[in-house]
Amino acid sequence: MCGIVGLFLKDQGLQANLGYFLTSMLITMTERGPDSAGIAIYDSNKSTGVKITIQSEHPDNDFEIIRSRLAVIIDTAVTVVVNDTHAVLGMDMDKVNLARQVIGELCPNVRVMSVGEKIEIYKEVGLPKNVADRFSISTMSGTHGIGHTRMATESAVTTMGAHPFSTGIDQCLVHNGSLSNHNSLRRKLRRAGVVIETENDTEVGAAYISYKMQQGSTLQEALQSSLIDLDGFFTFLVGTKDGFGVVRDPIACKPAIMAETDQYVAFGSEYRALVDLPNIEKATVWEPEPATVYVWKH
Amino acid sequence: MDRLGNYIILILIMLIKGNWMEDDQSKNIPRTDPVQSATFSNSINSEIRRAAATGIYDIRGGGAKRKVPHFDDLLFLGASISRYPLEGYREKCETKVLLGTRFAKSPIELDIPITIAGMSFGALSGPAKEALGRGATLSGTSTTTGDGGMTPEERNHSQKLVYQYLPSRYGMNPDDLRKADAIEIVVGQGAKPGGGGMLLGQKISDRVAQMRNLPQGIDQRSSCRHPDWTGPDDLEIKILELREITGWKVPIYLKIAASRPYFDTSLAVKAGADVVVLDGMQGGTAATQDVFIEHVGQPILSSIREAVRALQDLGMHREVQLIVSGGIRTGADVAKAIALGADAVSIGTAALIALGDNDPKLESEYQALGTTAGAYDDWHQGKDPAGITTQDPMLMSRLDPIEGGRRLSNYLKVLTLEAQTIARACGKNHLHNLEPEDLCALTLEAAAMARVPLAGTDWWPGKSGSPF
Amino acid sequence: MQIIDLENKSLRELNAKLQAQSSSASQKVWEVLNPKGGHAIATGLNAPIDVTIKGSTGYYLAGMNQLATVRVEGSVGPGVAENMMSGCVIVEGDASQYAGATGNGGLLVVKGNASSRCGISMKGIDIVVFGNIGHMSAFMGQSGNLVVCGSAGDALGDSLYEAKLFVRGSVKSLGADCVKKEMRPEHLIILEELLKKSGSNAKPKEFRRYGSARKLYNFNIDNAY
Repeated sequence: MCGIVGLFLKDQGLQANLGYFLTSMLITMTERGPDSAGIAIYDSNKSTGVKITIQSEHPDNDFEIIRSRLAVIIDTAVTVVVNDTHAVLGMDMDKVNLARQVIGELCPNVRVMSVGEKIEIYKEVGLPKNVADRFSISTMSGTHGIGHTRMATESAVTTMGAHPFSTGIDQCLVHNGSLSNHNSLRRKLRRAGVVIETENDTEVGAAYISYKMQQGSTLQEALQSSLIDLDGFFTFLVGTKDGFGVVRDPIACKPAIMAETDQYVAFGSEYRALVDLPNIEKATVWEPEPATVYVWKH
Repeated sequence: MDRLGNYIILILIMLIKGNWMEDDQSKNIPRTDPVQSATFSNSINSEIRRAAATGIYDIRGGGAKRKVPHFDDLLFLGASISRYPLEGYREKCETKVLLGTRFAKSPIELDIPITIAGMSFGALSGPAKEALGRGATLSGTSTTTGDGGMTPEERNHSQKLVYQYLPSRYGMNPDDLRKADAIEIVVGQGAKPGGGGMLLGQKISDRVAQMRNLPQGIDQRSSCRHPDWTGPDDLEIKILELREITGWKVPIYLKIAASRPYFDTSLAVKAGADVVVLDGMQGGTAATQDVFIEHVGQPILSSIREAVRALQDLGMHREVQLIVSGGIRTGADVAKAIALGADAVSIGTAALIALGDNDPKLESEYQALGTTAGAYDDWHQGKDPAGITTQDPMLMSRLDPIEGGRRLSNYLKVLTLEAQTIARACGKNHLHNLEPEDLCALTLEAAAMARVPLAGTDWWPGKSGSPF
Repeated sequence: MQIIDLENKSLRELNAKLQAQSSSASQKVWEVLNPKGGHAIATGLNAPIDVTIKGSTGYYLAGMNQLATVRVEGSVGPGVAENMMSGCVIVEGDASQYAGATGNGGLLVVKGNASSRCGISMKGIDIVVFGNIGHMSAFMGQSGNLVVCGSAGDALGDSLYEAKLFVRGSVKSLGADCVKKEMRPEHLIILEELLKKSGSNAKPKEFRRYGSARKLYNFNIDNAY
């Protein structure tokens, strides 16, 4: 079980503080999820390229190999920004697939956390505060972001088991609850060619949404059909390039609170997560209805 | 005319010869013995007939009756040249256990590692609950309330009382909560993982109805989920609330059915429980659908090692105590459960049998109910001849609570002495020093489930480093 | 008046002080500052004291309340006044799920909206919501009165026992065994009293009554699911 937080900024003036707010929201959700934590930040910088966020258990070694060899092998400029166990590689969009292949060959144990024009995902095992500190999340800026603190239910506590899960370009998902048909769904999706790496039920939810969108659904439609195809208790918060989406299952036992002002739309598993946001006392605070899809875009 | 006579004689001869030949045939050609189907057995067929007649599922009490791998399939390795036994009497084998040491200001100390499991007043008669309280107190152990609240008799007769906190919250109130020696949050029970309580109209007497705030004579259904929390993340907050209401004084137990014991035990620890109570499918219930009892949930034998593994992985073995239940019958069962890593065991069905449930001396009455001693499980009908699982005043009066308390205490004493005998033979001065390496298994299933070597080998299925 | 600021006092200190009033109610009036969505605030009280929470709280505010009057100048999280035995809890803002869950007595007033499962398994508590309530409200409600001045969500009163439900606005759908019932003079009197006690301007005649059809009280073939 878990804690989820999300922040979508309407006011550009707050973008420099996105990481700061998300970090504080994340830390209040520590008791709900002491095992591991993760954050997806959608940055506000204009860029023409694409970012691949990778993670390694031997960062010094692996990132040095990549830094010295990747650009040469794929014959394109590659920027490498290292952040603790993660690194963000920047390159042209059309080199991404080749780059992933080469990285897989150069450093087989490196994991790809996210791919996208704006998204960066950082996640590790450990208390939320420690995870946020090691990546200096509180210094990051962006337009929107989602975060998650995990208490593992039916799968192992590992880095890859942490949320957010990203299974599409600029897409990620965090989940509070427990899916009851994830094993069957995982098999179906794998047979359809979708790559799913862990036994975690949330990754199945993420893969399902990405798969649907690949097949032509909008985010709204994908979340809507998840209400039929997914069984169990779930609150999903999905991040996309432009914004985020929220859906709760029809039984709606897992908590979800939203708050909106002129400056932002915020999401938390508990009201406690929202109390330090600017002007929260004046915010419209409500709970998303069950079996209803909400989407916010810039 | 002669011809007719000839024909008649011919026919008569043929008939006689025919019969004679038939006799011959029946003597010479063997018949197959009638074969009963293992799939369509007599009891299955009778259930199909009952379902066809009534259109409703069968409801009964008790735990899983079918044979499942159990403690009987494990044996202890006693003293040998390399391991020395303890003498009885002088060389002590301690049995005390302390429960709730993690967070509670007042953990519970028990003289013996055997507690009485939760059974409701309502499911059981008042005198039965009193008998359990008396017996437990004589033996220095605890009883547990059930899905109906705390009665004054039980609180007064039970020196140590664990108060169950169930989805129904029947009778729940802060005054009783503060009178309890421990609080047991019930997520599930072995007989019906995922099912709620059930008490049929025949047992909703005035007093039961009043305690549960229900109309008299209805069939009571309990909810299967707690009304105000879902999931271990919310549970953590609920445990905080219960501690705040009781001043952090008493231990908080978490009772789970044997379903996903590894994950459930981890989550119980993460949610902040002091004690985990794990109930296997042989654990009884007052009433539920037979199909639930027999087909949902795992045996206790296959669950204990998983629960202990979860505690060990979190570094919490013996810090968060583990009580197991579901088919504990003898001191050997007690010793085996503890050897596999439990801190204590809990008995329910066995306690009722000690009080007199299903006693053959009442056979004529069982027959009148359409059953026989040992098989009587229609407890929900409230007609128990032993006066234990009934609210009928006439039947209830058959159980003398003082005598019952004595019988229970005798039984608990035997369980303890047996466990000590085994432990001493294994060279232990405390029951808790029993370990899995003191055991071997008679069957592959038991070996795999308990992770104990098959007798005569050093192997069990799934053992790491083995080629299988 | 005693003021306790949760910025520099722990939850345990707050609750211990409030709970101690049951043995010697020396202080009758209390104020709690900076609740900041915290959980289990003012739980297990057992004295006729008056406590005002200045802000919004998390789960289980005033859980198992006895005798005390607890006012919240803000909103509350899940399970407000759960298992309340007596006394009064007044929420100026909204209440999250499970408001008044399994309550045995007392009065819970929510001046904003209550969320899903309002009054779940209620056992004698009276709940008055000025706004709307969410789905599965009064699920398995055994006794007590739920008064909703706004509208009710799906599956109102599913598996209801004897709790009485009064709704002024619309009901999205009724749960199993819950039916509309006749409003009789004695019901209007109950409504009048509860509306007055809670400070609502609504008129009893504007409400409709819902209750159990009592068809699920005994197991029989037709009810099997």
